[in-house]
Parts: sequence; C-alpha cells; structure tokens
Amino acid sequence: MIVKDIVTLLDAHYVNNSGLENENYDVAFASDLMSDVLTIDIPNVLLITGLANIQTIRTADMAEIKCIVLGRNKKATPEMIELAQENEITIIECAYSLFHICGLLYNEGIDPLY
Amino acid sequence: MHLEYKVQGGNFSKAGHASGEIKKVLKQLNLNPMVIKRIVVALYEAEVNIVAHAYEGDIIVDIDDSKVHVVLNDRGPGIPSIERAMEKGYSTASPLVREMGFGAGMGLPNIKKNTDELNIKSVVGEGTTVDFINYL
Ligand SMILES: Nc1ncnc2c1ncn2[C@@H]1O[C@H](COP(=O)(O)OP(=O)(O)OP(=O)(O)O)[C@@H](O)[C@H]1O
Ligand SMILES: [Mg+2]
Repeated sequence: MIVKDIVTLLDAHYVNNSGLENENYDVAFASDLMSDVLTIDIPNVLLITGLANIQTIRTADMAEIKCIVLGRNKKATPEMIELAQENEITIIECAYSLFHICGLLYNEGIDPLY
Repeated sequence: MHLEYKVQGGNFSKAGHASGEIKKVLKQLNLNPMVIKRIVVALYEAEVNIVAHAYEGDIIVDIDDSKVHVVLNDRGPGIPSIERAMEKGYSTASPLVREMGFGAGMGLPNIKKNTDELNIKSVVGEGTTVDFINYL
C-alpha cells in the first residue's frame, strides 16, 4: 500500500512529508518500546507507535525507518519535526488507537514483521 | 580516524545525539550501509544505556581500513550480573526511562546481535565499559 493511501485510510495527516507519498509498504511493526523497534533488520518497514518524543525519531533514524504513523492522537513536537526533516523521515498523525490502525492496515494486506 | 563524544546521564533530549553524529561520519566514509546500520544500532543502544542507567560517560570511536572500534565508558552504578543483564527482557529501567520508550530489556541483546566482537566490563558502584568491534 502506498503512503498516500495509508493516510487516506487512516483519516490521518502529514506533519512532516519527506516525499514518500508514492512509496509502497508491505510490512509494518507497532511498538511503543524503542529497543523493540531496533530489532528490525529489514528495510522499508512502516512504524506505528504511540510514543511521541525525540527518541522516536532518533530510533527511526538508526533503524533506517523512513515513515512513522503516530497513533492515539499523539502530536509530534517541534524538535521531532526538525530532526525528521533533517533525516527525511515522514511523520503521519492519526487519531485512531494503535489497535485500530493495525486492524485497518492488516485488512488491506499489510503484513506483520514477526 | 578518531572521534570522541561526551554523554550526560539522565538527559533524554540529547540521548542518541552522539550516535547520530557518528552515523553521519560513517556515511561520509561511504561504508557499507548494512555495516553502518549494525554499528549505529549497537552504539545508540549503548548510548541510551548510559543516559538511562548511568551518571555520565564518553564514547570513543576508532575507524581504520578493516574495522570500527567503539568504546563506551561510564561512571555509574555498574551492572551486578552481566549475564542476567544480557537476557532478553531483563530490565531495571525506571518509570521515567519507560516513559521515554525504553526499558524493554532488549538493548544489550541488540548490541550483541549487531556487533562482531563485544566485551562488557562493569564494577558495581563505579561504572561500566562496553567495548565492541565491527569489521568492514
Ligand atoms: N551502562 C549501564 N550502567 C548500569 N546498568 C546498566 C547499563 N547498561 C545496562 N544496564 C543494566 O542492564 C539492564 C539491561 O540493559 P538493556 O539495555 O538490555 O535493557 P534496558 O536498558 O533496561 O531496556 P532497553 O534497552 O530495551 O530499552 C538494564 O536494565 C540495567 O539494569
Ligand atoms: Mg538499554
């Protein structure tokens, strides 16, 4: 599923758009624990998280994650957006709970990582 | 090439800053992206461990043609049992650390997985040294 369609499906919006609208994602991972995220060892994984602090972006940068969905109506802070811009990471904000987001994406055929 | 950075315990807004800077240097050196990723994941986990569990520390990186050697030294409480600390899921992280998104007890196992050689030494009441090498 391409990012543009993910945004529509989740009734979400970009807070930082690094030009990935047409990038395709087949695999997603949801966690609020950053060391879990750092176990990801394949490229092109969509991260779904309820953690909205600077470590979310640092972790994405280290794990080569280029697209993050922030669930539960969590808002990206200005410093998160700045670091995301610097590292070309797309951030999408969504009001749905992580369970809801995962359900919708799973339904569209996005696979779990593990 | 030789790089040195300071790390402040407890300062989560800066945690990972040094790792981010080192990542930039490794990229500029045009190293294999897979190798870079392994190094920076290990480095970031170890840097966050200093922020989360110790008082202060430093990071020393030496890069030559064949390897990247990283040493993280901290002044802190030390680790009573390194064997236990290495177990997946073992964590003594405080509520504040968990709020910051850490405390899965996956950091040290992640470091082990992403390094070619790993050596951890710790003295309770003094501090911890994490020393690892990744070959290029
Ligand atoms: N530099 C350190 N100084 C003191 N104790 C440490 C240090 N690094 C790790 N530890 C101890 O080892 C435990 C396990 O570390 P590990 O990095 O695997 O997990 P964590 O930091 O608790 O959580 P996570 O890394 O998943 O966010 C820690 O909870 C802590 O008790
Ligand atoms: Mg840790």
